[in-house]
Amino acid sequence: MQVYRHRLITRIWHWVNALAVLVMIPSGLMIFNAHPRLYWGNYGANFDHAWLSLPRWPGWLTLPSTYDLAGARHWHLFFALVLAFSLLIYLLWSLANRHLQRDLRFRRDELSAAHLAGDLRAHWEMRFHDPEDPRAYNLFQKASYALVLFVLLPLLIFTGLALAPGMWPWLADLFGGRQSARSLHFIAMALLTGFVLVHLTLVILAGPVNEVRSMITGWWRSPEAEPGE
Amino acid sequence: MITRRGLIVTGGATLLAGCDAWSGSPVLLSAEEAHRYLQRSINGRAALAREFRPEQRSPRFRTNGTANPNTPEYNALAANRFADWRLQVGGLVARPLSLSLAQLRSLPQRAQITRHDCVEGWSAIGKWQGPRLETILRLAGLRDGARYIVFHCADAFGQRRIPYYESIDLVDAFHPQTILAWAMNDAPLGIGHGAPLRLRVERQLGYKHAKYVMRIEAVASLAGIGRGKGGFWEDIAGYEWYGGI
Repeated sequence: MQVYRHRLITRIWHWVNALAVLVMIPSGLMIFNAHPRLYWGNYGANFDHAWLSLPRWPGWLTLPSTYDLAGARHWHLFFALVLAFSLLIYLLWSLANRHLQRDLRFRRDELSAAHLAGDLRAHWEMRFHDPEDPRAYNLFQKASYALVLFVLLPLLIFTGLALAPGMWPWLADLFGGRQSARSLHFIAMALLTGFVLVHLTLVILAGPVNEVRSMITGWWRSPEAEPGE
Repeated sequence: MITRRGLIVTGGATLLAGCDAWSGSPVLLSAEEAHRYLQRSINGRAALAREFRPEQRSPRFRTNGTANPNTPEYNALAANRFADWRLQVGGLVARPLSLSLAQLRSLPQRAQITRHDCVEGWSAIGKWQGPRLETILRLAGLRDGARYIVFHCADAFGQRRIPYYESIDLVDAFHPQTILAWAMNDAPLGIGHGAPLRLRVERQLGYKHAKYVMRIEAVASLAGIGRGKGGFWEDIAGYEWYGGI
């Protein structure tokens, strides 16, 4: 049985956003390498107390792969626009076509302890789809997608904007100062990286061909239809 | 045999090398213009950078870039506490000026406690005082066609000893917080921070705040100055000319 799982706008945004994230994280790590220390507050430099001080990220994790702050900024500042505006368009579109309300909204019965335990057990047993309604997202899927769409990506965008000295000054204030915004930008990046790793792992566990195909064509094959896959 | 893993590793390495080469592509560089347009549209051309209270200043404000120009000419000026130093104002102006520190101090002053944001990511907060750049440009009188203000500095940076310079457009030149600071934290500017005079252009990154300013030039175009990209780091490393991002 084939179900139409992802609409065109969802698929386009998914891949545009995937590319943007794939550029933003390594170029961001290169920018971080220019001053690999994080602070809380309005100011923070070498003589101030850093809550986190890391060694520089290796070249295979950064973009460009050798030290190049200017080049990393070119990548980061271009794809920042891609990331922000594609998210804005996608969220507005998904409100209009009711994707958010229909697919990401938590239902009251899902939030019961019994349901949560059941979902957890299903994940543990690698049953990722409700055979009754294979199109629907399960609770953990909804929660993680909502976290990325409504918390992590907006937080990354707004903390990033707060770092720009030419931007609204109140934006840095909102996050407790520019250096706090920089720390939050880094923490949100780390959480997003965690999401990407879990997401990719689950795609592989759930059947990578079927999952990737559904994000390209929109059509997803229900596991019951193809027991061999 | 071509394995999937081999393909991924080789492909990945090729992709990475390709990405390095694309770092200066015109497509990526177009973002600078987009950010400048967006910032000035939504934030406003005259919007002020955040100013802080005295107790919010950094306990210790680190220096960056040149710590001391250390040329014979500069050392001679410094030895005499810059009494013989003059700020030259020229280019597309009606009345070229030559101003002493005493004259700059006698002009209307602006003091501001602002955050200095380095392109590397760190920030430091300090108090800066000096005349507004606008005051000096009005004294000199910009001629028609002047579009940029260029700051020529006493220091030559790096092993190749290339002279430092910077430039801003008239939007930032006439911004109320754009000052020529001769004082920092209520004391004459130290050599590490650009004595006797440095530019403060508060809505841009640190490399735009030219230190050791010797000469101000109003120009119609940035072509022909340095390598034509409007500043030392813009020429050498490819930093954005618009440092508001």
